Amino acid sequence: MNIHEYQTKELFRSYKIPVPEGRMAHSANQALSVAEQLGGDGWVVKAQIHAGGRGKAGGVQLATSLEEVQEYAENLIGRRLVTRQTGEAGRLVNRVLVEQVHQIDTEYYLGLVIDRGSQRITLIASAAGGMEIEEVARATPEKVIREVVDPAVGLQDFQCRKVAAGIGLSGKDIVEAARIMKSLYRCFRDKDALMVEINPLVMTTAGEFLALDAKMSFDGNALFRHSEITDLRDFDEEDPKEVEASGHDLNYIALDGSVGCIVNGAGLAMATMDAISLYGGKPANFLDVGGGASPEKIANAFRIVLEDPNVKVVMLNIYAGINRCDWIAEGIVKAMAELSVEVPVVVRLAGTNLEAGREILANSGLDYINADRLSDAAEKSVQAINQGVAA
Amino acid sequence: MSILVNKDSRVIFQGFTGQHATFHAEEAIRMGTQVVGGVTPGKGGQVHIERPVFDTVRDAVVQAGADVSVVFVPPPFSADAVMEAIEAGIKVIVVITDGVPVQDMVRVKRYLIGHDAIIVGPNTAGVITPEECKVGIMPAHIYPKGRVGIVSRSGTLNYEAVEQMSELGLGVSTSVSIGGDPVNGCDFLTLLEKFADDDETEAVLMIGEIGGAQEVEAAAWARDHLNKPLIGFIAGATAPPGRRMGHAGAIISGEGDTAQAKMQRLAELGAHVVQNAAEIGKTVHHSLK
Repeated sequence: MNIHEYQTKELFRSYKIPVPEGRMAHSANQALSVAEQLGGDGWVVKAQIHAGGRGKAGGVQLATSLEEVQEYAENLIGRRLVTRQTGEAGRLVNRVLVEQVHQIDTEYYLGLVIDRGSQRITLIASAAGGMEIEEVARATPEKVIREVVDPAVGLQDFQCRKVAAGIGLSGKDIVEAARIMKSLYRCFRDKDALMVEINPLVMTTAGEFLALDAKMSFDGNALFRHSEITDLRDFDEEDPKEVEASGHDLNYIALDGSVGCIVNGAGLAMATMDAISLYGGKPANFLDVGGGASPEKIANAFRIVLEDPNVKVVMLNIYAGINRCDWIAEGIVKAMAELSVEVPVVVRLAGTNLEAGREILANSGLDYINADRLSDAAEKSVQAINQGVAA
Repeated sequence: MSILVNKDSRVIFQGFTGQHATFHAEEAIRMGTQVVGGVTPGKGGQVHIERPVFDTVRDAVVQAGADVSVVFVPPPFSADAVMEAIEAGIKVIVVITDGVPVQDMVRVKRYLIGHDAIIVGPNTAGVITPEECKVGIMPAHIYPKGRVGIVSRSGTLNYEAVEQMSELGLGVSTSVSIGGDPVNGCDFLTLLEKFADDDETEAVLMIGEIGGAQEVEAAAWARDHLNKPLIGFIAGATAPPGRRMGHAGAIISGEGDTAQAKMQRLAELGAHVVQNAAEIGKTVHHSLK
């Protein structure tokens, strides 16, 4: 789960990680009053969306007068911002963050992740701040410093000082940077984060560290113990269909093809999508119905997949282990009775209670295309589309 | 032979009296698995599906000789249950639970150091040695006994592979699903090492996914140490970058994470790479010729 920059910065404040003075605003008028309260003679107006790449897309504006603050906020709020991470449709800006402007001397990168290699929390730092860290790691790997944290004792001061020295800091700056790193680690650990990134962490000309930007994502599996984080969820930032699907305990991701997929298990779902593309089709979605799928769940899956107007065929591929083919078949019958299914439906069932499932489908009088194997199902789905086009 | 579990394994279920654990314990017993009891704190002394219930894993080890545990304990308590099993001396711990917090697993893996145990999962379909022992939620009847070792992330894709193999007359020595989480108990490499030492395994099928480097690391080891064919498949060629495809670990976060990149590396390292999931069985069959 992701949160907004202004929310991350509020969290940082509670951990004494220095951030610029600023507040979120829902409207141009609010933005103006925030800027007035902040005072000074320079402000930055930042669009609050979860996607990165805002700066290059015009989502971050520097204002030198109160009129400009109002004007920039007016322009940003209600507009769809298209960045390299949003896709063509862009993301609607509902709020901006207005902050005081600071004179920057040096930019650094600071982050924490759960590193899959070491299977531990790992601190990442670089003197090449303000750039994408993946890019820095690719072009100049020597500029990226990693420090793995032993979970038994947590991040130690000496590790922080080592990292601080490694990114070129000296004197008392090492001590302050180490304090920030440790606070960031505590925040990461306490809140069950998966990733936190300060890019850039700046040294101002006044000699102070500030987290100029802040990004944080949290472990969905741990939200049961963090209602304070769950409260920060912004459903406007998520695909409404994915939200609806998750409400039915379905894992759905919209894609841009025409074969609607209903599969059980993430691995089989991916492999099914891959097979469809090998036979010349394109998957319209990823959908994992999970284990123990009831007829209602299958019917909901059908409905969600069919809401996508690009879907020209629906393909079910269920290998029932913990699932039951008879329940799946009942779900298919229920869905096709309740919904007006105007596209061909290809069904491949295998595993537990297969015969019972086949019987239900055969006796239902439904018009569907049976497939015995994965290859069969993929091929028939693609054929069904091509025949539809020809007709 | 086989790896991890066999007919002599003495299995307990943690979270024994819950609905799912009960169902799968009964299924395991039906297949011939030696289920010697289970653990549900507070219910020690009771009898459940004709087996003793213990308050602690240690009791199950001491009184019933348990050496394998299947964990069905809900996510908030899973890490504690796994550490309890480690401390009590259980050798193979299979964590079926889906939704265990990642940082809990980081701590569990730290706790594991210095102990002689293997954790499979979380979020796994489990382990099966056909006709001997089933510690998981997979349908036992689709797994014929044979000589191919399987290690996969996904459960259902594992079933798919088994069906394709059995149509060609190929069976399974032991099949392990390691689960879809980014921090998991044991990785592909650990299991390839075990399969390398197993005389009854003539080939190993590795079914991976986008994200991480575990499959490539395992294949690199196999090139020099596995004296039998390695067949590899990576699911997720059509997955868009940056999106988590169901499994928390299945996310493309860098160039090396894509299915194409990983399959290419596997091929370079000498594995028989399957491009189309519908041809897993065929490729395994071919590799054994």
